[in-house]
Amino acid sequence: MNDVLTLRNLWAGYDHEVVLEDINLSVRPLDFIGLIGPNGGGKSTLLKVILGLLRPMRGEIEILGTSVHRGRRWVGYVPQSTEFDHDFPIRVWDVAMMGRLSSRGLLKRFTSTDRDRVEQALRHVGMYNHRKHPLGELSGGQRQRVYLARALAADPRILLLDEPTASIDPTGRSSIYDLLRELNEHVTILLVSHDLSAIASSVKTVGCLNRTLVYHNEKLLTAEMLEATYQCPIDLIAHGVPHRVFPHHAP
Amino acid sequence: MEFLDALQFSFLRNALLAGVLVSIACGIIGTFVVINRIVFVSGGIAHAAYGGIGLGYFLGFNPVWGAVLFSVMAALGMGTIQRSTHQRADTLIGVMWALGMALGILLVDLTPGYKSNLMSYLFGSILTVSTYDLWVILALDLAIIVLVTLFFKELVALSFDETFATVANVPVQTLALLLLVLIAFTVVMLMQVVGLIMVIALLTIPAAISTIAARDMRVLMVLASFLGGVFTMAGIWLSYTFDLTSGATIIMVAGVTYIGSLLIKAWLRRFRATSAVQSETQRQTAPAE
Repeated sequence: MNDVLTLRNLWAGYDHEVVLEDINLSVRPLDFIGLIGPNGGGKSTLLKVILGLLRPMRGEIEILGTSVHRGRRWVGYVPQSTEFDHDFPIRVWDVAMMGRLSSRGLLKRFTSTDRDRVEQALRHVGMYNHRKHPLGELSGGQRQRVYLARALAADPRILLLDEPTASIDPTGRSSIYDLLRELNEHVTILLVSHDLSAIASSVKTVGCLNRTLVYHNEKLLTAEMLEATYQCPIDLIAHGVPHRVFPHHAP
Repeated sequence: MEFLDALQFSFLRNALLAGVLVSIACGIIGTFVVINRIVFVSGGIAHAAYGGIGLGYFLGFNPVWGAVLFSVMAALGMGTIQRSTHQRADTLIGVMWALGMALGILLVDLTPGYKSNLMSYLFGSILTVSTYDLWVILALDLAIIVLVTLFFKELVALSFDETFATVANVPVQTLALLLLVLIAFTVVMLMQVVGLIMVIALLTIPAAISTIAARDMRVLMVLASFLGGVFTMAGIWLSYTFDLTSGATIIMVAGVTYIGSLLIKAWLRRFRATSAVQSETQRQTAPAE
């Protein structure tokens, strides 16, 4: 099967400042990749490039073998649940409906197919009973589920998640990862986080991103990878047991 | 009953009709202005419109069309600047704001003869709205309603989450500019009711108050339109009864209500916090089952 997402010798940044250097990544169908890296290591820049919000300085990027602008319609983007104006007057249902914008263009009204699809997505993430709630009254974990439903409503081939468990309590965090594992049976997932422990139990393969990307298409995080990425003693991140973090969870 | 008797005069009926029509545009567009936090840009559009008033006087055409022209140009200019430069957009908008006004003042200076109605554009004169003005207001109102209805789902999406809308291939740039042009239309309508100087108050206050109660954009728009109507009606009645400047009276009614609503909001928040603590302590002290 062809790759869902391909980055080849990709350089990106702002003005004259290079943030990402020579990134190479091939995402296979139904992979579940977790990229970790420190804040300022280029995680959000990488997302912007994949979403077509930032032009790469050099290199190529393909989504499903086509350009970003044509391919991003198949990307289900799930932003951080913290980036949200609590006073914005909108209900859960209307947020999830935005997932259908890519299928129903300008001057076209949403149809019953769209509504069925959104209902399905909201049921999938367990938020259908909250569909009439204002988004501002939900917890961070519930809001994250709504964003996930919005992404799923677009029938994505790959889910792109930005710090999916930022500011979510531990219970909510593990239930989000349970859900992602379940979704992964049908959809490829790429998530970025600065929180190593958060992604440890769920992902299939893992990479480290800090200006450059260290990714070996396997679920083994070595001390060398972490050291190259964080450039500081690994104890700080993995509590002194870097080699044992992942192999224990192998299926 | 004096006010009701006076309704037989066409100027008062025109004023009330203008108030209702303008309130509808205000409720719809004001909602977008408030939730997108583009009050400052809207203020810039309003004041730059004065350049068009001056041009109208100078070249001898109806200043309202000059205001339409200048506010739309200001909307497109400021929108482009705001979206393309990331630094000092507020300074640039502030400069365009002042330049528009200065140009208007100079053009009026250069126009020989008596300048009738000049003050009415600055301070509003809803009691002198002509039938022609009413038709212009109606046309702009219809344009706003039709365009917002056509692009409603996209406008809400870009207000809520521009990144997601962009990824869904919504033409975010174009629609954001369209929204600013609709703000320009609204500004011109409001100019005739409360005057350019106070446009921003009537554009934002009804929507700002409505956010306290509304949990949905459509409800917010209806509520804001209704409130705008109440403010203009009450303002016209008070100004007629006590012989006050109508625009300022309308703004005073709206402003006082806004401050009152802020107090209610603060009180509600405290009430909810207290009752949340109470129910929690009750739950904890209740005997376990």
